[in-house]
Amino acid sequence: MSTLGRLIDAPFEALQRRLGAARMPYVFVAPNLLVFGIFVAAPMILNVWYAVTGGTQLMPAERPFVGASNFGELLDCDQFGVIASCRQDRFWRAVANTAWFVPFQVIGLVAVSLVTALILNRRMAWRGFFRAVFFYPVLLSPVVVALIWKWVLQPDGVLNALIVAGGGARVPFLLDPSWAFSWTVVISIWAHMGFYTLILLAGLQAIPADLYEAAEMDGTPHARVFWRITLPLLMPNMVVVLVLGLIRAVQSFDEIFVLTGGGPGTATQYIVQYIYETAFANQTHILGLAAAASILVGGVLMVLTMLQLAATAWSKR
Amino acid sequence: MIRFLTRRRGGARADWTDWFARIYLLIGLLVMFGPVAWLALSSFKTQTALQEFPPSLLPMGQKQVALPGTERPLPVFLVPQPDGVAQERVMVRRVGLEGQFVDPADPARRIERARLTAVTPVRELHFAIENYIEPLKQFNFTRFLGNSLFVTIVSTAITLLINAMCAFALSKYEFRGRDGIFIFILSTLMIPITVVLVPAFLIVTGLGLGNSLWGVILPPAATPTGVFLLRQYMLTIPDELMDAARMDHASEWRLFWRIILPLAAPALAVLAIFSVVWRWNDFLWPLIVLNRQENFTLQLGLAAFQGELQTQWHYLLAMTVVTLLPVTLVFAFLQKYITTGIASSGMK
Repeated sequence: MSTLGRLIDAPFEALQRRLGAARMPYVFVAPNLLVFGIFVAAPMILNVWYAVTGGTQLMPAERPFVGASNFGELLDCDQFGVIASCRQDRFWRAVANTAWFVPFQVIGLVAVSLVTALILNRRMAWRGFFRAVFFYPVLLSPVVVALIWKWVLQPDGVLNALIVAGGGARVPFLLDPSWAFSWTVVISIWAHMGFYTLILLAGLQAIPADLYEAAEMDGTPHARVFWRITLPLLMPNMVVVLVLGLIRAVQSFDEIFVLTGGGPGTATQYIVQYIYETAFANQTHILGLAAAASILVGGVLMVLTMLQLAATAWSKR
Repeated sequence: MIRFLTRRRGGARADWTDWFARIYLLIGLLVMFGPVAWLALSSFKTQTALQEFPPSLLPMGQKQVALPGTERPLPVFLVPQPDGVAQERVMVRRVGLEGQFVDPADPARRIERARLTAVTPVRELHFAIENYIEPLKQFNFTRFLGNSLFVTIVSTAITLLINAMCAFALSKYEFRGRDGIFIFILSTLMIPITVVLVPAFLIVTGLGLGNSLWGVILPPAATPTGVFLLRQYMLTIPDELMDAARMDHASEWRLFWRIILPLAAPALAVLAIFSVVWRWNDFLWPLIVLNRQENFTLQLGLAAFQGELQTQWHYLLAMTVVTLLPVTLVFAFLQKYITTGIASSGMK
């Protein structure tokens, strides 16, 4: 074991003799930064090049420069507000679906997480167990989440069996556009709420107990305690939840892609699926359009995050 | 509602808010665990049992008995007897709408005849283990499982090493560009993988990693979460330990490898758990990098499988259980570390 240890030590000690101890920190950060640089930073820059070039070639040098025409094609519509009149109607349908999906998902997510966190913060038996119960789906893979729900929502599935047993008629949950859409919202909340609940719970537990004791002694109404103590002191964690929740909601893809494939029709096709299919799944590999769309998404995400941070900073004043 | 929401500590007596909390938790238990439990139960049903509507809660199948002299087990039915009481009988032959039955206790005695409409199948608990064995033999699932294990283990090892090295430098040294590097790494938290999908694919292909498991392992290895988590933890380790070792002429690498790394074990454990779960569950990135079936991870195999074999739910359900099992076990045993790790880093 110690020979192995020395074997690992040796190259780094040789490096230190050559570079000097003062340069060793750079050696330590190098591997991580290298991976970052190659797989995160470089793609960021390359993405811009893809967005302003056309064709179906993957190699950047072989792609003809087309200026802003990819963006132009994405944004080109004959009639304002009519999706069918756009050259990339799939893009706009995905944008419209995402624009519906995000507010429902985020508001639902925050509400459910907040209520769950408040309940889990009460003194009670089995607290750890219930915290685990709500967290468990977070660890499941998107494919597994999709298959679990696909099985439950089947025309012959257990949910329909319960409905029939209750005297109702079977519902084709995933074949009806508005049902399918609603279920993507619900399942997305189901799969991710445990994570946000934990963040809020950590915030709740950091609120000093004596604040509540003081309020109780003064006979402050509970509603007032919630609005004046709990919510303001929970704000930093709420901001984290809102920002992360929003960023991830806009990027929803995996579970929904496996669950519905974007269907029925295009009812659950969201923006990331458009990017993925334009670049990789279709026969044509229109990389420029996909890159342009991803830059637009990145821009929107940045604006949304900034707006949220600004709103919180403003509300604190 | 508000009154209950604001209560921090339960009072001496149970009031309606306590009841609301209990009911909420029970419904939560059902909604969060129910679908998974239902999937697990269903995965033990035979293909015919899966097509029943309404479905039975437990995996049921027709009772079968092996008689001496017959090759396969035969189905058991309840057959009405002359005295009006129905008895368990084994069906040995079927002729048109009529069946020939024998007494399982004494098969040689006599053959009873009864119309099939008059008899009812005897059902018993039956676990269809073949749902698990068949796909592992018939399809590439052992291959997928191996690929997933390889990706998960190797990438977690790489992540732990390079993230710890980076965090060590960021927490224990003063050097030019340190804060810049830290901010740069943290800012990539905000860059969704979707935004860089196309060029990241180019780079992976350009490096010759396209369609290889290394193309799945390397890009996500330098996690900003890991660097952040480890750095915060290493900041709490006193520098005096390092100074003492420096007196003994220990190299900087030794300080890291022999002193700081062992002391950072709790944080490394948390990151290791995260990393295992992330890499085991990865879907979009492997989906883009890997397009030959023999390189598929379990997640991709499962997704492809469900696209091709919509009707083979009995295999699909069993393989879903196989896929969720490792994560569930990790969770069951390490739940405390996972939840406290998330609460302290605020990240996933």
